[in-house]
Amino acid sequence: MLLIHCPYCKENRPEIEFAYAGEAHIVRPDAIVQSEMTDEEWSKFMFIRNNFRGEHAERWWHNAGCNMFFNAIRNTKTDKFVMTYKMGENRPTKTQIEAAKK
Amino acid sequence: MKFSAISLFANALSGHKKWPSQFPNKEPKKEYDVIIIGGGAHGLGAAYYLASKYGIKNVAVLEKGWIGGGNTGRNTTIIRSNYLFDESAALYDHAVDLWDGLSQELNYNVMFSKRGVLMLAHNVHDVQSFQRHVYSNRLNNVDNRWLTPEECKEFCPPLDISSSRRYPVMGGALQMRAGTARHDSVAWGYARAASKLGVDIIQNCEVTGIRRDAFGNVEGVETAKGYLKSKKVGVSAAGNTSVVMEMAGLRFPLESYPLQALVSEPIKPVFPCVVMSNAVHAYISQSDKGELVIGAGTDQYTSYSQRGALHLQEHNLMSICEIFPIFKRMRMLRSWGGVVDVTPDRSPIVGKTPVGGLYVNCGWGTGGFKATPGAANMLAYTIAHNEPHKINAPFNLDRFIGGRLIDEAAAAAVAH
Repeated sequence: MLLIHCPYCKENRPEIEFAYAGEAHIVRPDAIVQSEMTDEEWSKFMFIRNNFRGEHAERWWHNAGCNMFFNAIRNTKTDKFVMTYKMGENRPTKTQIEAAKK
Repeated sequence: MKFSAISLFANALSGHKKWPSQFPNKEPKKEYDVIIIGGGAHGLGAAYYLASKYGIKNVAVLEKGWIGGGNTGRNTTIIRSNYLFDESAALYDHAVDLWDGLSQELNYNVMFSKRGVLMLAHNVHDVQSFQRHVYSNRLNNVDNRWLTPEECKEFCPPLDISSSRRYPVMGGALQMRAGTARHDSVAWGYARAASKLGVDIIQNCEVTGIRRDAFGNVEGVETAKGYLKSKKVGVSAAGNTSVVMEMAGLRFPLESYPLQALVSEPIKPVFPCVVMSNAVHAYISQSDKGELVIGAGTDQYTSYSQRGALHLQEHNLMSICEIFPIFKRMRMLRSWGGVVDVTPDRSPIVGKTPVGGLYVNCGWGTGGFKATPGAANMLAYTIAHNEPHKINAPFNLDRFIGGRLIDEAAAAAVAH
């Protein structure tokens, strides 16, 4: 079981308190853009995923805790969390990820 | 050499010390007609069918680790074809047809045992949904029939059908042609048969890049053992498909999840069939060695680590104990995890890709083992003809653009 640091509760909590919510930073196009999107573009938004083997930005939901969504960088080869950060914050840069590892 | 009663007898006389190795460990040649990436049963099978059915013998299978060491060796070996939709029924039933004669064809005992798969219904919705499956399957010429609780008990004696249970058995759908097979034998059998026909099986040879020519078509692959030329490359890399496809500049509608299973200590024969329960969420069978083979759903997060969390196993065993209280005191022996590549509609992708000369067989998610011969044959057919067969044509990549999904996500059982 993973230990996950909730950036809102500021605590490490067991995985069973959380629900995985897919790849992070996939922005749903607004209604006007949607109406002009081609099938290919819509398919990319809807179905295509990075599925990285390595550091993966993903969304988690602390549904049995503070009930907040947040984002995380996790290494999918080792399942080790590099960092978690609040919703609305930008995707961390490579330097930030490297710094978080230390 | 051909395995037979005579060869078994002759080798018994020499103390079983003179069996030859089953296939040679080859070093790669410089050029191949077809390269298959991934030495699991799907990839080895594709190489075998390319050589045996479609006359392409200059084929290499490249495997990062050892053959059959990925999901082929990490599943629960269940075979069935009782899928709801016409497209799926055709594909999975094609596989069951090939399973039928596989041991004879490969001269290798894959131990395909048609012991029957029973899917339990625990509530009114289950009953209606499974009966719909039964009728849909019959229309597609796939055997499946409805059993009353008493008939379920007769077919699978360890079952508790008393109505006082929290999840009473209200009936079940039984596919008699379904069953289990021996996973390692499938990989080894295909490897041996393919190797005999001239296919090179190259282990410890990770693919690190896919080279494309000026027109964007595939011209070869970079590997740990150097550059290998080939105008046709088939990718059969299961959980790592996204990683391989990225080498060709393609992004796929796949996510890789850990899927765990576990076995108990071996006991005397007690469990005659395979039982699945969607509602209580687990499935179980007994291996020929006597272990109870138990599995359920994937972990919640994507991962390539080939391991999952313990609380999933706990949940899994709670479900088994709920349906089969007689197993409450069983001790578990070992568990394992594989990396399964899951598509948005839980149906596979088998066919061509936007890159010329690059073919794919992926997205089998949690249910790839049952399809092994069918998937292998379809991939081989598509590579040989540069066109999909009519069975795998609906399972193309374009369905995610056009929207013609084959949505088994709603229809699949817990184990898919």
